[in-house]
Amino acid sequence: MADEYNPRGALTLFHRETRRFMRVKMQTIIAPALTAILYLVVFRYAMGERHVPGLDVPYFDFLIPGLIMMAMLQNAFANTSSSLITSKVMNVHVFLLMAPLAPIEVVLAALAASVIRAIVVASVLLLVLFPFADIHFAHVWMILLYGVCGSIIMGGVGILSGMWAQKFDDMATISNFIILPLTFLSGVFYSVHQLPDVWQSMNHFNPFFYLIDGFRYGFIGVGDSDPVQAALVVVVAALAVTTACWWAWKNGWKMKE
Amino acid sequence: MNALEIQGLSKSYSGGKQALTDVSLNVPEGSFFALLGPNGAGKSTLINILADIVRPGGGRIQLLGHDLFQERGWCKRRLGVVPQEVAFDPFFNPREILRFSSGMYGVAVDEAWIEALLERLELKPHAEKNTRQLSGGMRRRLLVAQALVHRPRVVVLDEPTAGVDVELRKRLWTFMRELNAAGTTILLTTHYLEEAEELCDQVAIIDQGTLLMHRPMKELLDDVASHVLRLHYADTITLDAPQTAALACWRPRVQGRSIDLCLSTKLDASNFHQVYTAATAVLGAPKEVTTVQEDLEDIFLRLTGDHDGR
Ligand SMILES: Nc1ncnc2c1ncn2[C@@H]1O[C@H](COP(=O)(O)OP(=O)(O)O)[C@@H](O)[C@H]1O
Ligand SMILES: [Mg+2]
Repeated sequence: MADEYNPRGALTLFHRETRRFMRVKMQTIIAPALTAILYLVVFRYAMGERHVPGLDVPYFDFLIPGLIMMAMLQNAFANTSSSLITSKVMNVHVFLLMAPLAPIEVVLAALAASVIRAIVVASVLLLVLFPFADIHFAHVWMILLYGVCGSIIMGGVGILSGMWAQKFDDMATISNFIILPLTFLSGVFYSVHQLPDVWQSMNHFNPFFYLIDGFRYGFIGVGDSDPVQAALVVVVAALAVTTACWWAWKNGWKMKE
Repeated sequence: MNALEIQGLSKSYSGGKQALTDVSLNVPEGSFFALLGPNGAGKSTLINILADIVRPGGGRIQLLGHDLFQERGWCKRRLGVVPQEVAFDPFFNPREILRFSSGMYGVAVDEAWIEALLERLELKPHAEKNTRQLSGGMRRRLLVAQALVHRPRVVVLDEPTAGVDVELRKRLWTFMRELNAAGTTILLTTHYLEEAEELCDQVAIIDQGTLLMHRPMKELLDDVASHVLRLHYADTITLDAPQTAALACWRPRVQGRSIDLCLSTKLDASNFHQVYTAATAVLGAPKEVTTVQEDLEDIFLRLTGDHDGR
């Protein structure tokens, strides 16, 4: 079967999705970076030179990777989900449905743009923080693996949410009542060792916990879970989410009547 | 070859609404095809199934001899669709929209062709504006340009001239005629029957999701169009039940002080005499008698009138 795949089309879609967030960088890059920096400033002075209980790490060093990862995850999610829901509400999603792109091409192009946005936000944060903080890179490959896989997972969750949502309000519900609490309670601001036992075990059911813990392990070299074992789970999760998106798009789930 | 072959196409929406029932029609390659029907007939549903915006129910569609549902990629590259609703990505200007659209269809950006489309559709002075600054007519033209940017062999336009002023409508007609003359097959839905009569060489009428008629335009106008005997009286006509029954086989249609009765499709004297005699027996001698040939609008109303959905 000829013309089933359309690499040029997929590349164009990828360009469009990156152009879209670059057009509004104040909102998509600068604002999230500023939010993360504000958190750091506040906690820097609130916590002083204190160390994280259970881990022999200054609280500030502990906080930085978590905040970077949180910004990456939230932005990867925002890129796909907002693009889809905006298209749907404005009725321009029909052009994407009409285009001769294979479902896997649509999914990969959207995910790639999400990963790029996450990386850009993370780089801006790192550049700004570099002069003020003593940032280590204990295991660079773990940073990359967790960063990229985490962005793929959240970009994919964004695709599924964007497909499911029919109005902006649906999207706000997912962002504020699912994504935001899960990222906040994922151990960005604390180590699970600081929590009561019940909360500790509950944290282990939060997928964000592993993403943030593993990413932080890449920087500070210590973690709450076993990051190498968790890495395998994260890679599998990224593949599973991608497959789910492919399947949903292929079937026009919530996109076609 | 047929540009489109639709066989037994059906669709019911999730709410249970049966929008298309067993629709079959062929669009010959190179033709200018009108798909007519009142609001809610199922025209957009059919087009959106072609465009892959709506899931098909049952049925088969072939585009230029290729199975539309099996070979989506191949077919989509050869099909350009202008959807009924006008909408654009607010992030990009018309020129960017056309460039992106080329890429999405797997075509290298052809600046000369984009320039020609902008020129021909009178969008050149607006090519760098935000689409929100464009008037309704400009947006409609941009939508047409977007559907043509990958040079499709088959173009489908869903009410391209709805809400467009008369002058622009005429210019769009000229444009579509040129496009068709250059070999592009065009399928068009419209509310303006005048438009179909003016442009199209093939016509199909659907109503309530069912195909009522499908013929070459000329044949239809010559042949299906029946002649009507119109009798004018001094007073407003009201037919009681026995009178209606007596005239039933000529499908009487009363309009104030005149009544129309269908003659056979070919005007012949004996039929005329028979109808005239029957009418005067029921209603008395008329003040004036004329025969009228139906135009497309009359046919349309006659075919779709019984169960008027509007
Ligand atoms: N998304 C939808 N969900 C449910 N019913 C629909 C939907 N779209 C159209 N319909 C119904 O299907 C019928 C055909 O609609 P449509 O194809 O838009 O007609 P047309 O384009 O001829 O005006 C109408 O009764 C319409 O209300
Ligand atoms: Mg319609």
